[in-house]
Amino acid sequence: MSDLSLRSAFAVLLKRDLVLAYRRRAEIANPLLFFILITALFPLGLGSNKPMLQAVGPGVIWVAALLAALLSLDGMFRSDFEDGSLEQLMLSSHPVSLLVVAKISAHWLVTGLPLVVVAPLLGVLLSLPGDAIAVLVLTLLLGTPILSLIGAVGVALTVGLRRGGIILSLLVLPLYVPVLIFASDAVSTAAAGIPITAQLYIIGAMLVLALSLAPLATAASLRVSLS
Amino acid sequence: MPELAAELLECERNGRVLFSGLGFSLQPGQILMLEGRNGSGKTSLLRILCGIRLPDAGLVSWGGEDIFKLGPDYHEHVSYVGHRDGVKQDLTPRENLRIARAMGKPNPDVEIEDVLEFFDLYDLDDVPTRTLSAGQQRRLALGRLLVTRATLWLLDEPFTSLDRHGIDRFEKLMQEHGEAGGMVALTTHHRVALPDTKRINLSS
Repeated sequence: MSDLSLRSAFAVLLKRDLVLAYRRRAEIANPLLFFILITALFPLGLGSNKPMLQAVGPGVIWVAALLAALLSLDGMFRSDFEDGSLEQLMLSSHPVSLLVVAKISAHWLVTGLPLVVVAPLLGVLLSLPGDAIAVLVLTLLLGTPILSLIGAVGVALTVGLRRGGIILSLLVLPLYVPVLIFASDAVSTAAAGIPITAQLYIIGAMLVLALSLAPLATAASLRVSLS
Repeated sequence: MPELAAELLECERNGRVLFSGLGFSLQPGQILMLEGRNGSGKTSLLRILCGIRLPDAGLVSWGGEDIFKLGPDYHEHVSYVGHRDGVKQDLTPRENLRIARAMGKPNPDVEIEDVLEFFDLYDLDDVPTRTLSAGQQRRLALGRLLVTRATLWLLDEPFTSLDRHGIDRFEKLMQEHGEAGGMVALTTHHRVALPDTKRINLSS
């Protein structure tokens, strides 16, 4: 019974955030647009120097993804904090750390998944070879959930501050760096035709670690921010 | 039904002690009014009773157990309506109530339609909440109290922006909740016409 109601609470909350995102889709599109624009400007700025584009491509796309994720983070708990929904969430009869997973999942579906979807196009724009584009999509698929999970902890800690934006970046960016290093390295290595299992395993391990720890840390941070 | 008890509560804000050594208990069927001047710590006390805020000293217990240890097992009995309505402006009243219901222990005897009807929101159930008036939004927030099986209602200025009719109706609702064995703790500056309420004044 309680298992069932927890599942329904999870589903209701996930659906709520998706519906809310849909009703304010203009705001949600911002990070995606930012991601596309930054990446699209590089070939214009660097000229049609194909080897150079290929060399910087993986790094550029991943840096842009990181910044787009950072841009989207603040929205995760801000409006809930301001209208009091966050208090209600903390007073739920279900474990907060699991409800937080619903919110993070919604955030990833709305801001992370679109990045994965448009990435192949941007790979073509930066003239990455086909294999590297496939790996790029794979690393984004594994990596963007990590960005949402780690970001959730940072947002939860700073949501009570009036100007938390800068602190949030300082807090979260260092934790994003390992993902950036391994992911862009995987893509460049794949472009050179070398196997990349090691990098993928490491990113996978980071995802598992983030998935198991971030929800607990987020719930605890929210409790601190609200009290 | 368990009772809510507070022992030697202390709350500090901005380095000032708002209250200390505060103790009381709330039995099933009782209504507790928290009174006091602005800034005397009424809202802070309610948030401590909710378990959102930690007291600087002291203990709040539910049925003899610390509410911070109980966590969700305590929260299933609690419904809180605070300063901030806790309703999503972009969702319709019906959607808001459905979420509130799923977050707690749903009350199987109450349909969302009935709650909308009771609070005169039935005709407005398909417009975004942001288009509602302040009083209507408040009624929607109060509607949350009915959709779950919470026995302890913690209300921070529940009468704000309600009209005369709404106030009478909600007073009656609190009274019925008390008669059915529920508990209410509320802060208000409004003179409530409820018989046998317990009062605590934080200013004295």
